[in-house]
Amino acid sequence: MSGPASTDPRMESVSGSVDIDKEATAVPAKKAGGEFLYFALRSRKFLFATAILLVLVGFAIFGPMIDTTDPMDTNGVQMSSPTMDAGNWFGTTILGEDVFAQFVNGLRATFFVGLLAGALAAFIGMAIGFTAGYKGGWVDEVLNMITNVVLVLPTLAVLIVISSYLKARGVLFEAVFVGLFSWPWVARAIRAQTFTLRSRDFIDLAKLSGRGTWKIIIQEIAPNMSSYLFMVFILLFGGAILFAASLDFIGLGPTGGMSLGLMMFNSVTYGAALTLGLWWWFIPPGLGIMAIVGALYVMNVGLDEIFNPKLRDI
Amino acid sequence: MLSVNRVSKFYRVGTFGGKEMTAVRDVSFDVDTGEVVSLIGESGSGKTTIGKMILKLIDISQGSISLDGADISAIRGSGIKSYYSHVQGVFQDPFSSYNPIFKADRVFGLIRNEYFAGIATSEWNDKVDAAVRSVALDPGQVLNKYPHQLSGGQLQRLLVARALLLDIKILVADEIISMLDASTRIDVLNLLADLKSRGLGILFITHDLSLGNYISEKTVILRRGSVVEMGATEKVFGNPTHPYTRMLVSSVPQLHKKWADVEADLGAPIAGRGGCLFHEAFPLAGRAGLYLPDDPIMVEIEDDHFVGCFELESEKAPGLVA
Amino acid sequence: MSLQVSDLRVYYRTLAGDVKALDGATFSIADKEIMGLAGESGCGKSTLGNSLIRLDGRMKYVAGSVTLDGNALPIWDNTGMNEFRFRDLSVIPQYAMSAMNPTRKIGKMTGELLESRGENFAAIKPELLRRIDLVGLQRDVLNLYPMELSGGMKQRMVMVISTLLDPSLLIADEITSALDVSTQRAVAETLVSFRDHGFVKSMIVITHDVSILYQIADTILIMYAGKLAEKASTSAIINRPLHPYTRMLVSSLPEVGVRYADKKLSGIPGSPPSLLKPPTGCRFRARCPLAFDKCAEEPPFVEVDTDHWVACWKATGTDA
Repeated sequence: MSGPASTDPRMESVSGSVDIDKEATAVPAKKAGGEFLYFALRSRKFLFATAILLVLVGFAIFGPMIDTTDPMDTNGVQMSSPTMDAGNWFGTTILGEDVFAQFVNGLRATFFVGLLAGALAAFIGMAIGFTAGYKGGWVDEVLNMITNVVLVLPTLAVLIVISSYLKARGVLFEAVFVGLFSWPWVARAIRAQTFTLRSRDFIDLAKLSGRGTWKIIIQEIAPNMSSYLFMVFILLFGGAILFAASLDFIGLGPTGGMSLGLMMFNSVTYGAALTLGLWWWFIPPGLGIMAIVGALYVMNVGLDEIFNPKLRDI
Repeated sequence: MLSVNRVSKFYRVGTFGGKEMTAVRDVSFDVDTGEVVSLIGESGSGKTTIGKMILKLIDISQGSISLDGADISAIRGSGIKSYYSHVQGVFQDPFSSYNPIFKADRVFGLIRNEYFAGIATSEWNDKVDAAVRSVALDPGQVLNKYPHQLSGGQLQRLLVARALLLDIKILVADEIISMLDASTRIDVLNLLADLKSRGLGILFITHDLSLGNYISEKTVILRRGSVVEMGATEKVFGNPTHPYTRMLVSSVPQLHKKWADVEADLGAPIAGRGGCLFHEAFPLAGRAGLYLPDDPIMVEIEDDHFVGCFELESEKAPGLVA
Repeated sequence: MSLQVSDLRVYYRTLAGDVKALDGATFSIADKEIMGLAGESGCGKSTLGNSLIRLDGRMKYVAGSVTLDGNALPIWDNTGMNEFRFRDLSVIPQYAMSAMNPTRKIGKMTGELLESRGENFAAIKPELLRRIDLVGLQRDVLNLYPMELSGGMKQRMVMVISTLLDPSLLIADEITSALDVSTQRAVAETLVSFRDHGFVKSMIVITHDVSILYQIADTILIMYAGKLAEKASTSAIINRPLHPYTRMLVSSLPEVGVRYADKKLSGIPGSPPSLLKPPTGCRFRARCPLAFDKCAEEPPFVEVDTDHWVACWKATGTDA
């Protein structure tokens, strides 16, 4: 048994797989990590997605080191289309800023927002999901209510209202905001899985050993869902990036700094890139966002196949 | 030692919890030192619920359970840990009782963390070694392995070893045999018999009459949450009186007698399929729940043999004590 | 009807290699015979039963032949087997009663099943109703959802559906395991009544519970670690077993009337060998109290008495 079944909250498939093992008895098992690696390296989806992400991460890390131009520096030639000369790989904007520098710096900011927002949403979602699922009763009712309220809040409207009170919005603010609104589905899904797990005998056994509630959640329940939690984080990461980019694109992003969404916003709003045909300004960031989010979703599907023995063809 | 007194358990079911379901109704019995008591019932009889109430995994709705005279519902907080050092349980599915991603020994580690925090490692290892040997397992073969590398029988015995680490008085064994192979079943059963002779009190919950008959001194037969017959094992199986008990005994597939022969031996034909006036004539009175006569209806038809049968009581047949 | 199985080998594909779950089964079943197939978990009984009718993705057909009523069954060919399934041989799989679609009424599900096999539901319906009466269910069960039935009722419904087209051979895989004792008896007796009424000619009843087999089976085939150990009439297996494994198995079963204080039973020490790299020679050798040198060579499954087959050197009288 190398890990929990799948992202499907109905975990009946786990008990089903025990039957197979009974007939094919005594197969010497590798450690869980070894098996993961074996399948990971054979999953085309996983490898493809990881490759794309690694390329983009490479851009984000090394890009600004290679091209040290300040992305806001307007000293360059205006509106020049991309050429193979150094310093002009992606051309320049209407103000003469270097699009490549903007791109790689924007990548950094985008990844940062994704990570921070994703981590925050994951943490909140898990805390609420585990507590509601394990405790049940009125604790569950209250937490459910909170989850539902956050789920139906009109995030855009809230953001607009808050923005009108703030003079400036930083990247940190955006990350926290996105994180605070992305967690409801995580809480729901984790709650459902926790419900199934908590009625298992080994939880009863832990109780009979005198273990406290939180120790049981962290040490017994969460590790059984580790692959699912991993996938949750990947989805949150991708979702946060998409959400942030959308906010940037309609002008509600950070007031300073640079990100991919902001590039698109700038190019379309005051750069008139569409009418002027400055395709090199908005296509790279658009493709970049698409590539990151798309790769993350493909990776998620690949991971599901890796973790769930029933989805694999042997 | 362990005393279950008129214990009942109700659940709220239906939308908005309008209806009430009775899982256990007015059950009483005792488990003494060095004694195995079988709790026999089919699905829905409430036997697992009783086991879980004794293990304090479920709350008691009515009645009381006491260990050495102390009411267990009064135990809270740190008292619960102390309770678990006297009462432990082993469950039906050996593979589900272990957290699949950790090694099997972890169940011992949990006990160590909670009860023997300060103990020296070598002393702990000796203790574990002794416990594993006392369940007829070879420590070299079973320690340090993952659950899927061990067989069901070994896993169940390790769970018993775990319970023994705590020097318990009562062991609740809930259907621990049913998922084991025929050849290992008898070993685990013999282990329980061995523990009983060392003074442990065991509550053996099962649906299999042959197992209960093999190992227990006292038997309690449950049907739909109520006790229908209880007493010394030979008497309950030798002279099954309640229609439900008789139906059970005649349905168990035996290895040397065909069903038809068993029925012939039992004598009078069995009317209906376990129907009993007691259950049909006294439905739950109103929504408020349970009809409970002042004293539970338990007719002692011979020494240490009780039958929960309204028909017997109402007849007040000569020789029977109500 | 008659079934002949000859040297059937079916392995499971795994990452670590092939698990030799069924390694050479040769036996036959006569007309009107109910054969019990018993053994412990991992012995290969489910593999044997299932391979006769459907090899699923994990199973690999390696060798052997199966002949039913004179026709060779192409068990390795999933499409080829389609014309035999449900008509000539049928199966009640393990957990069948939990496998009914919970969102479909039973009547509708049966209708769809039959139509998918090319049968006319309307034409069969009268016979279906007749059989539902026979097993003691109400006719309106066709209008109910599976969750409205009890375990015993669901099991009987599945039995009726599986035998609707009067197959020659019925394979019943652990159909009494999840049931209460009273329903077990009803279901087991229903199984026999199917044979007596002629709905099914012969049966293979797979179970780990030998005592149920004593009640309903004509012959019993005992398997151990992927190999056949003994096949004989029920009374021979229970009262005069020849294979050491059978003997120890039968004597380890508790019975009503046998108490620990009076007679302490003993089990079989040790555990079955790994089927990934099974030992050479007799697979029971490591646990057998009668093992001697010749057991290093695998004993053949031979007929030592009329209709009594054993795979054991001691039983065939061959000494070291």
